[in-house]
Amino acid sequence: MPGQSEVMMHTILSKTMVTERTWHMRVAAPLVARKCRAGQFIMLRIHDSGERIPLTIADWDRDAGFIDIYFQEIGATTELLATLQAGDSILDVVGPLGNPSHVEKITGTFVMVGGGFGIAAGYPVARAFREAGNRVIAVLGAKTRKLLICEEMLRAVCHEVYVATNDGSYGIQGLVSDVLQGLLDGGEDVRLVFPVGPPIMMKIISQMTLPHKIKTMVSLNSVMVDGTGMCGSCRVTVAGKTRFVCSEGIDFDGHEVDWDEMMSRQKMYGKQEAEALSYHREHGACCGGVR
Amino acid sequence: MPHQDPAERVRNFNEVALGWDRETAVAEARRCLVCKNPQCVTNCPAEIDIPGFVQKIAVGQFLEAARILRASSALPAVCGRVCPQETQCELTCVMGKKYQPVAIGRLERFASDYALFAEELQIPDPAPPTGKKVAVVGAGPAGITVAGDLVKLGHDVTLYEALHEPGGVLVYGIPEFRLPKKIVRLELDIIKKLGVRLVSNFVVGRTATVDELLEDFDAVFLGNGAGAPSFLNIPGENLNGVYSASEYLTRCNLMKAYTFPGNSTPVAQGRKVAVLGGGNVAMDAVRMSLRLGADEASILYRRSRKELPARIEEIENAEEEGVKFNYLVNPVRFVGNENKWVTGVECLRMELGEPDTSGRRRPIPVKGSEFIVDVDMVVVAIGQSANPIVASTATGIETTERGYFIADDDGRTTKPGVFAGGDIVTGAATVILAIGAGKKAARAIHDYLEKGVWPEIST
Repeated sequence: MPGQSEVMMHTILSKTMVTERTWHMRVAAPLVARKCRAGQFIMLRIHDSGERIPLTIADWDRDAGFIDIYFQEIGATTELLATLQAGDSILDVVGPLGNPSHVEKITGTFVMVGGGFGIAAGYPVARAFREAGNRVIAVLGAKTRKLLICEEMLRAVCHEVYVATNDGSYGIQGLVSDVLQGLLDGGEDVRLVFPVGPPIMMKIISQMTLPHKIKTMVSLNSVMVDGTGMCGSCRVTVAGKTRFVCSEGIDFDGHEVDWDEMMSRQKMYGKQEAEALSYHREHGACCGGVR
Repeated sequence: MPHQDPAERVRNFNEVALGWDRETAVAEARRCLVCKNPQCVTNCPAEIDIPGFVQKIAVGQFLEAARILRASSALPAVCGRVCPQETQCELTCVMGKKYQPVAIGRLERFASDYALFAEELQIPDPAPPTGKKVAVVGAGPAGITVAGDLVKLGHDVTLYEALHEPGGVLVYGIPEFRLPKKIVRLELDIIKKLGVRLVSNFVVGRTATVDELLEDFDAVFLGNGAGAPSFLNIPGENLNGVYSASEYLTRCNLMKAYTFPGNSTPVAQGRKVAVLGGGNVAMDAVRMSLRLGADEASILYRRSRKELPARIEEIENAEEEGVKFNYLVNPVRFVGNENKWVTGVECLRMELGEPDTSGRRRPIPVKGSEFIVDVDMVVVAIGQSANPIVASTATGIETTERGYFIADDDGRTTKPGVFAGGDIVTGAATVILAIGAGKKAARAIHDYLEKGVWPEIST
């Protein structure tokens, strides 16, 4: 039976920088790999005085017992995570959490719209829709070419991949919404859109698809503590009702999400996050217990 | 019992009640009449031999007293601190009819602590292995009890915990100043030394389902707790600065946010804090906010002091520490600023009408009495509801409309081999009731493992 050994070692098997301050990590997590499906996430805690953070599971190998995660260095915990090397281990990895994305054969085209490092979270969902026999298009956005991640992986599972960069260094110059507009204008039979990335992008995409009555499923990245529905930190208003992202999501109908509330809740700890970051930069070594 | 001085203790996180010395404990234990038909025991869900252990304290055999306690309860040092003895064992103590009842809870704490900190902790030899395997889901009071009782009978027990640390509400909910985490760890160490295998970071319902567990275990006990915070569902509740008590206390206790940034989990440090609710959890939250630097911390409660569900000891502790109690007020909405941070709780004044189904006088709103309490942080402490993760991923386990497992008095669910107890059956209750449910379930599980018979359940 899974979990028969008391000490579960979550060894980092490999670590690669995919673009500046953004990493791919392969972590031994047999219990998670055994069961996870597209759209699910883990909570991890690096060491004894660390916080628990949610990260989407981008890929997995059930037989080899590992999962792939992507993260961007944006705070104390992710900066510390980036200092770990292959062979080091992560104290706590728990999952798979959240409900798997609802994947089915649909009429028409599935479009994954990925922004920034959210692209990695969109990858398994795009792949699952492809495996379910759908026509799958990925629209990827980045500020500039060198910040674009996971393009090759997506090309391998999508019928078409479009790229938008803000500076025009790759693909079209503009935003992912411009590409999506082009698809709609060009007669692509888009029936399901899956935006994943910064909340403002998910909001804009959801607003775009609303008049077209195109179903839009969003994958929300809220602030979480336990990740199992116990605390309500991740709550968001959907269709006027309070929902918990971790236990009832993470996918919701983008047309029904109260985006302004979601975005303000995401910034609740902005000040403390900055404080933690400077503290950990100063006291880096104190975090202890990493190896 | 000596307490830390209120002015001092609101500036630290250390335990408030300091415990007894030997002389005080022995003197108190000698007050016990050693009734032939002890009424205290009949009112103890953990079925502790109360006169037995008290007599051992009276003659100075403290380790022996602890051994008697531990024979019935896996968590005596915890219960000695957080049990509402005044409504249980001490309520029916014969001494209490004329005088003060024997302070059973304080004696329980004294003897358990004495043994926990003694150099040589005596671990009883387990019974010969039965070869039967049991999975216990949730390392809270109910699960710890079941695991402890079954391992002593020789069963092979695996205790699964969703969080990174075992203890359930004892570690994420009850603050250090009321229940030091070291005490919980020491009690858990004993369970582990008895042979219970503890697996943390394992979310039953996600990491594996109950059905999958049954492929490998002869029986499963579900003690996963209520596990989902309730909200008032009034406007503005999702403003920043509004917490559920579960979140606020988990950040502070389990994640040690009070040492931020040394521990990296943040928590809002409200200056003007309102806690909505009147139970023990509300008292824990409001007292925690004072220790985190609140200038003003108040309880907003819709009935009067008499109806407060919290233990009188905790209410008095809160009052001594300067918590303000606003009675007969009912929040109707939260007000926020341009940054979507909470700035006020709009309330209605209430008056008490006729008794309701709970026997308490029903609060009735006074028309036109709206007023705003200024705040910069709010904790909603109005209870918990059933977390659906375990039930929704299992087959054949029936739940009530509100999502709690249906179980008979011995914890049998509607699925053969699966037992349940604690808050996930009863709804949010006390540590001792969960322990009581655990004891009954452990007996029923043992019986089932021995005989292999699954009776028709009657609930």
